[in-house]
Amino acid sequence: MEFARWCVIALALPAAWAAGLSAAHAQDDDGLKTELRVQARSDVRYFVEPPVYEKQHQVYFSQLFQPELNMRWNGGKQLIQATGFIRLDAYDPERTHVDLRELYYQAVFSKWEFSLGFKKIFWGVTESNHLVDVINQSDGLEGFDLEQKLGQPMAHVSFAPSWGTVDLFMMPLFRQMRFPGENGRLRPPFLIDYDHTLYESDAAQKHIDWAARWSHSVGVFDIGLSHFYGTSRLPLFTTSDFVNFVPFYELMHQSGLDLQVSTGPMLWKTEAIYRESERKIIRAVVAGGEYTFSNLFRSGADLGLILEYTYDDRGAESINGLNDDIFVGLRLAVNDVQSTDFLGGFILDDTNGTLRYYAEASRRLDQSLKIGLEVAGFGFVDPSEFLYLIRKDTYVQLSLTGYF
Amino acid sequence: MKIKTRMIRKLSMLSAGLFMVLTSSAQNKGLEIANKAEVADNGWKSYSNTLTMTLTNRNGQQTTRQMHGYFMEVKGDGDKSMTIFDTPADVKGTASMTYTHKVGDDDQWLYLPSIKRVKRISSSNKSGPFMGSEFAFEDLSSQEVEKFTYKYVGEGKANGFDSYMVERYPVSKSSGYKRNVVWFNKANYRPEKIEFYDRKNSLLKTLTFSGYKQYLSKFWRAHKMEMVNHQNGKETLLQFSKMEFGIALTDDDFSQNALKRAR
Repeated sequence: MEFARWCVIALALPAAWAAGLSAAHAQDDDGLKTELRVQARSDVRYFVEPPVYEKQHQVYFSQLFQPELNMRWNGGKQLIQATGFIRLDAYDPERTHVDLRELYYQAVFSKWEFSLGFKKIFWGVTESNHLVDVINQSDGLEGFDLEQKLGQPMAHVSFAPSWGTVDLFMMPLFRQMRFPGENGRLRPPFLIDYDHTLYESDAAQKHIDWAARWSHSVGVFDIGLSHFYGTSRLPLFTTSDFVNFVPFYELMHQSGLDLQVSTGPMLWKTEAIYRESERKIIRAVVAGGEYTFSNLFRSGADLGLILEYTYDDRGAESINGLNDDIFVGLRLAVNDVQSTDFLGGFILDDTNGTLRYYAEASRRLDQSLKIGLEVAGFGFVDPSEFLYLIRKDTYVQLSLTGYF
Repeated sequence: MKIKTRMIRKLSMLSAGLFMVLTSSAQNKGLEIANKAEVADNGWKSYSNTLTMTLTNRNGQQTTRQMHGYFMEVKGDGDKSMTIFDTPADVKGTASMTYTHKVGDDDQWLYLPSIKRVKRISSSNKSGPFMGSEFAFEDLSSQEVEKFTYKYVGEGKANGFDSYMVERYPVSKSSGYKRNVVWFNKANYRPEKIEFYDRKNSLLKTLTFSGYKQYLSKFWRAHKMEMVNHQNGKETLLQFSKMEFGIALTDDDFSQNALKRAR
């Protein structure tokens, strides 16, 4: 909670500053430009099956607020970006959480950029698995797909000469992954003891992590090569009594490659990693592509077919369960006035037949209101999978998002 | 009988030859006009704009979108452009960056601010609608001479101006059109009107340019572009509220880093 308090203070300061500027969209051509906006979302999540563990519910209500402040001056060459994240869950106090997704200062010189603060960095090209994306910790409270990320404190330098972009990162503080609490669904049956978390590094979460990446676009190719040295974002768990589990974070070196080849309607994508820790060496690759049938039957709609395969030699230890899995997905953009979109697919494990599926659809209701529907669930889950622990947690979620 | 056939053959060969001469001169003249239009607009270097797009459906209901962008001329190739969406609120901050090429597909990236992800997207989608409007992507991308073949069809009036009428045929197979007819203003070669014919060669849309203003005493820019779809009865109006030329832009303003912080 120490951290949460810190976040609130850090968020309140720029907000107060912005309020002091007396206008949400104050604009001065030569000087400071300020933009403040808030996204508010209500979620209703219905779990198809009754609770598996005590204290769980079948229907969950939660609320999300995302205030965002952007201040630019000197023609946008200097800026402060702040994004807060406030989740209020009606039943699960653990899932009720506050985070600083972003709070950074950035200075831009023609080919150089320098930033300092909490940032979100995304690396990679594939859709079903994000192997090379290692900078930010996942927000395990937001979804078991681990797609949502926590803000990462860092110093970041980016240099963009004619031969690509070079990014260097220094990260002085590690953040733990957290999971839903006792009252929540999509959680393991055991309790996680975050107070006794173990780290391979003696500096614990104060170990300084480093990362570098070179990326470039040449013709049809978009390529990235990266290396990370520091505390692994994915926890391992240790236990002495099989009731309380203690997270353990090891140190690792991870080299990554991501490549996209865009040839007409076909996008070929691949990501590969080589990861080394004291304990073991891990190799993983995801490869596939997306083909888009645009303006389908002259309706204006675009239909994309996605096929990706993951091989990961950590096997069942891989937290997202992707180790020998095929992803088949379908993306539909109706391209109507309401921007109706659909994305859905399933993941099938070739070795043990574990099947899970996912679908989301959204549509704009008016200029500042959007409705969304999401389904995530499991068919057969093999007991060897990590997902076996949440196999009864198939859900349907309805969301309403307002923008202010 | 023999003589007659030979004569007919000769005559038909002659007329075919004449026809070929005529078509090639019509093609030459069409290309010539398209080239003149390009020369007339050469050297604009850079500009920015702010625009409102109003979508009107068959029942007269209207929705608006706002966006702004900046553009840079690239010598020997297509232009570079950055477009940032301002409304509706759920797409605010989404930005797209395009490198247009004279030959082949354009390069296009999309920045999704919610996940901080830059995505290279397929630019082969030319015929699809832009933001649910009656403008297709190909109507809004930079109109390089090399993207069409041409045929001069005559003279006519558009918006009250004497114009050259030129038919153009898209080179790309993924275009949604069989042909367009463009009315180029005789005095300054700016487009006044374009008719779009679908793949079945029936009239699909008409685009009318108005509210022209001249910048840097050379470059004509329409402040209103109205697209009427004759087949579905929908309309889209683009209104440019702000246009600024001679802004300082370099290649650095069209990098992926620039795309990520585009506002």
